[in-house]
Amino acid sequence: MSSSPSNSPTPFLELRDISKRYGSVLALSGVNLTVASGEVVALVGDNGAGKSTLVKAIAGTHRAEGTILIEGREVKLTNPHAAYAIGIATVYQDLALCENLDVVANLFLGRELARPPLFGYLKRLSVPEMERMASDTLKSLSVRLPSLRRPVALLSGGQRQAVAVAKALLWGSKLVTLDEPTAALGSEQTAQVLELIRRLADQGQAVLFISHNLQDVFAVADRICVLRLGTNAGTFERRTTTMDQVVAAMTGGLTMAVGQ
Amino acid sequence: MTELASKTPQVVESSATAGPLGLTGWRARLAANRGTEAGPLPVILGLVVVWIFFQTQNSNFLSSRNLSNLVLQMAVTAILSIAVVLVLLAGEIDLSLGSVTGVTSALLGVLLTNDHWSAAAAIATTLVLGLGIGLLQGLVTVFVGVPSFIVTLGGFLAWAGLQLALIGPEGDLPVTNGTVTAIANDYLAPWVAWTLAGAVIAVIVALEVLRYASWRRVQVKPPSVIQTGFRVASVTIGLLAVVAYLNDNFGVPYLLVLLLGLAAVLGWVTRRTLFGRYIYAVGGNIEASRRAGVPVPTVRVAVLGLSGFLGGIAGIVSTSSLYATSAGVGGSVLLLEAIAAAVIGGVSMSGGRGRIYQGLLGALLIASIVNGLDLLGQAASTEDIATGVILVLAVSIDSFNRRRRAASGA
Repeated sequence: MSSSPSNSPTPFLELRDISKRYGSVLALSGVNLTVASGEVVALVGDNGAGKSTLVKAIAGTHRAEGTILIEGREVKLTNPHAAYAIGIATVYQDLALCENLDVVANLFLGRELARPPLFGYLKRLSVPEMERMASDTLKSLSVRLPSLRRPVALLSGGQRQAVAVAKALLWGSKLVTLDEPTAALGSEQTAQVLELIRRLADQGQAVLFISHNLQDVFAVADRICVLRLGTNAGTFERRTTTMDQVVAAMTGGLTMAVGQ
Repeated sequence: MTELASKTPQVVESSATAGPLGLTGWRARLAANRGTEAGPLPVILGLVVVWIFFQTQNSNFLSSRNLSNLVLQMAVTAILSIAVVLVLLAGEIDLSLGSVTGVTSALLGVLLTNDHWSAAAAIATTLVLGLGIGLLQGLVTVFVGVPSFIVTLGGFLAWAGLQLALIGPEGDLPVTNGTVTAIANDYLAPWVAWTLAGAVIAVIVALEVLRYASWRRVQVKPPSVIQTGFRVASVTIGLLAVVAYLNDNFGVPYLLVLLLGLAAVLGWVTRRTLFGRYIYAVGGNIEASRRAGVPVPTVRVAVLGLSGFLGGIAGIVSTSSLYATSAGVGGSVLLLEAIAAAVIGGVSMSGGRGRIYQGLLGALLIASIVNGLDLLGQAASTEDIATGVILVLAVSIDSFNRRRRAASGA
């Protein structure tokens, strides 16, 4: 187990003693987590370990008890908009893309650039400017797409994931949370998405990567935070950890590993 | 018995896999080239076939006089089909359109004939009624949370009732106001038609030039000049040809100007403005739109309101063309024809895919079939059967495309 990495004294995100109760069920109990800028932290755990609940607390969709610090200052993430404004972008498993719209339209959905002469919702879309920004952002992530003018429905799963991530980046996020981004992908596309995650961190983003595929986690994470039954079951430096240790933490402590 | 049962499916299977496999590859390639939209290609092909067929059967079919007549026949359905496209794009449906046409037609008749209002005041009030009905249905849909399918089904019944109440026991009202009857029965003077066509072409060219300038300003590769040029050229040639041909006889009907004007304005709004982008977004993925901050409730109410407004225009056109209003105006057949027109035009029933002008094309195809069969002296029953078959064909194409999208990894 270790504390936050030495290169960043104040992590971008710090969760202290987070608890969440659904009726009589305690989904999270006293969870701590830090994610520094430029770092990929993997959040792993079995089904029902509380990963999704924690993600929702960070995204502002669910309120949880405890303290959330952004760059050392306490914040209240009462709704998704507040989280977004602070620089927390969450890419959910369903990606939230409009498949009938093209890549540019999806990247700018809800934040379109538009200009007069008409006003309000009748402003004209500034399509060229949007495409310019979109292609710059995608280039910075080294994402190559066949065309930005084709409907998202025609893209592969990995390309869609890239679009969803670029959407987060385009709007000035500082922490990108990805919920099971590789769950529905083949091996080649998984590799592309993992590369993308690495590049995000190299650009200085804090990345929280939720997965229960340990191979993916070990391929890309700097640190691995294990949840078990709603509590911390250990945080590991990837370099000094074996997969067996993480599995042991996920499934119920070291006793099992020793037993085998 | 068991032997037979086990054998038969094998035969069927092997013969079934051979054909569609080749077809799938072909369709996949087509999808990669054209995007995922069904597109207007089937309806345009249909129009060509139908027009050639009727022209060879009766040389009057493509005459200036008959085409002018065709515009009159298709007008009400065409206006409603534009409304249907709009609501379908946003992922909604408006089943009240036929009755909205009826009730607005009735109101116009009552205001003009019984209450002796001026044409302008009566028309304005009628449009307000259409808009009001649409907004009411939109508000109930969005804020009470009843699906638009149900709200407008209720509207379909209620507005038909209101129509009967307005018209009264007579069952019909003549309308003789010259301004109102001119809408569907008068023509542009030839020089006005030419000037208008010239102005429209100039505006289209100017807009495209400005559009390309804005692409160049940000140094992004603009859309294919050849495609845009082809589109502008075909609109120009088409417009000039239509004006020249129709000027041979009575001239260009006001109704054609109204139809093309509505399609052009709403086409521009849906493709080029913020509001249009929101319509497609909401129709494509309402949950993603909501999360992205698209004003989903406003968009849904506005679209259903606009639909009612267009129903009001259809009511006015209907009254004008009949020189009267009656209990029989509007109703379910008109509504279903308008929905059929949109779907035949290639607009997806599942939302977010299609263009406004495709509604016009679909309405034109239906009207062409009815008009042509009329010329051949066929009974109304044949017309209904033909329209029905075409509708099912068109929806088959839509579901075909949807499966193709699903297969291509949606």
